[in-house]
Amino acid sequence: MPENQPQLFGQPVNLEKTRHVYTISQITQDIKGILENTFGEVWVEGEVSNFKAYPSGHFYFTLKDEGALLLAAMFKNANKDVKFKIEDGLKVICSGRIEVYAPRGQYQLIVEKIEPKGIGSQQLAFEQLKNKLFKEGLFDPKHKKELPLMPFCAGIVTSSAGAAVRDILQILKKGSPCVDVIIRPVRVQGEQAAREIAEAVHDFNQFTPLETIRREEKCPMSLTGFKQVDVIIICRGGGSAEDLWSFNEEIVARAIYNSKIPTISAVGHQINVTISDLVADVFVETPSAAAKVIVDKKNALLAEMDGYRYELSSAVSDTLHRLRNTLATLKGMLKSPLDRLLEKQQLLDELNSNLASHIQHALDMAGEKFHSLIERLEALSPLAVLSRGYSLSSLMPEGRIIKDASELKPKDLIKTILAKGSFLSSVQEVIKDESRPS
Amino acid sequence: MKEKQSLEEDIKRLQKIVEELASGKLTLGDSLKKYEEGVKLAQACSATLNEAQRKVELLMKKEGKYSLEKLNEDTT
Repeated sequence: MPENQPQLFGQPVNLEKTRHVYTISQITQDIKGILENTFGEVWVEGEVSNFKAYPSGHFYFTLKDEGALLLAAMFKNANKDVKFKIEDGLKVICSGRIEVYAPRGQYQLIVEKIEPKGIGSQQLAFEQLKNKLFKEGLFDPKHKKELPLMPFCAGIVTSSAGAAVRDILQILKKGSPCVDVIIRPVRVQGEQAAREIAEAVHDFNQFTPLETIRREEKCPMSLTGFKQVDVIIICRGGGSAEDLWSFNEEIVARAIYNSKIPTISAVGHQINVTISDLVADVFVETPSAAAKVIVDKKNALLAEMDGYRYELSSAVSDTLHRLRNTLATLKGMLKSPLDRLLEKQQLLDELNSNLASHIQHALDMAGEKFHSLIERLEALSPLAVLSRGYSLSSLMPEGRIIKDASELKPKDLIKTILAKGSFLSSVQEVIKDESRPS
Repeated sequence: MKEKQSLEEDIKRLQKIVEELASGKLTLGDSLKKYEEGVKLAQACSATLNEAQRKVELLMKKEGKYSLEKLNEDTT
């Protein structure tokens, strides 16, 4: 036995016979065979890290848990249907097969399907887009436009065959038949739906009826002559979350956000809130509710008109009432001088009658006094004395009554007045101190 | 339609008239004039809102050109 013969446990070993040397490719090929055949299709769960989307459209990332790490690749044709955004930190469940990538000596998971753990992928996609658009300010109340006071021409983006459009047309016809409707028919579910809905919103912003047959038919062209729909209703009837998915797509959200015309979003039933609802200026729960918004506006305006009419009437009757009051006050003010005049007149009348009676009284008094004076006068009258036989002599020509004989001298002419008639005589002799005849 | 476009202006005018009238600062003659104008405006607006003629059309687009087609409502 040669000395240089290799030994194993004291026994010589024939290296040429026992040693099998692989090439790298061979062994990798064997490993690949064992791994890929052993595992085949698997489901794994883990946390995404080191996510990269390549310009080629392929995704590369690693899946890990506390103790281990698994490389993962998701090729373009598999990831094109992923609605949510794969990002680091996301907990996911993937299905695919284990593959050995020989050029790098790596084994990795070729992901066929991926879904978020604990939450539906649509739900996640919805939350992710909502978050993104919220951060961009697409839901900002400041950006929301007010609906016109009264929309007279409503544009509707929906399926022309659905219940939604039928409901809206019926409610508008019954509730506010003054509103014209223009329907832009679109698919409301399926792959093309989102693009069609977005385009329809854009179309309503582009389109003016004046550019079309309306020109001849109805609208006299005014100088400003630009007429669009007043409001755009984006709607569809109820359905599963998948059915309503188009209204959660970014392209629809952006079209609504960019619309210059106010928008109402009315998708599905009460329970469904879509991104479209969040972006639109007004969000109602159902298509019927969207039509009711318009009907309510009309009814509110009609009530407002009644209110104005009432206010106008009451304002005028208030004015009349006020004027009437003023007139009454003025009349009162005019009446009181009249009253004073009457009072004065009455006073005057009283004074007048007082005066008359006073004067009468005075006259009566004077009359009485006069009579008594006359009587007294009569009693004192010399004529009365004369009638009793006395006479009265006066010296002529002065006519001075002679009371003393010493005033006389012989031959004085005297006039003697008797009760009846008189006579002239001349004095014979003056007897100065002759005793009165007894 | 002219009256539809001017509805907002009419309502603004109407509000102003109501305000002026309610202020009570107008002469009776002016009040009555405003009242008449206001009532006419309110009636015109109501008439516009109560109008029962509506059109339903489909907006179609072909090679970038728009057209309106009448919709037969019975088929919807």
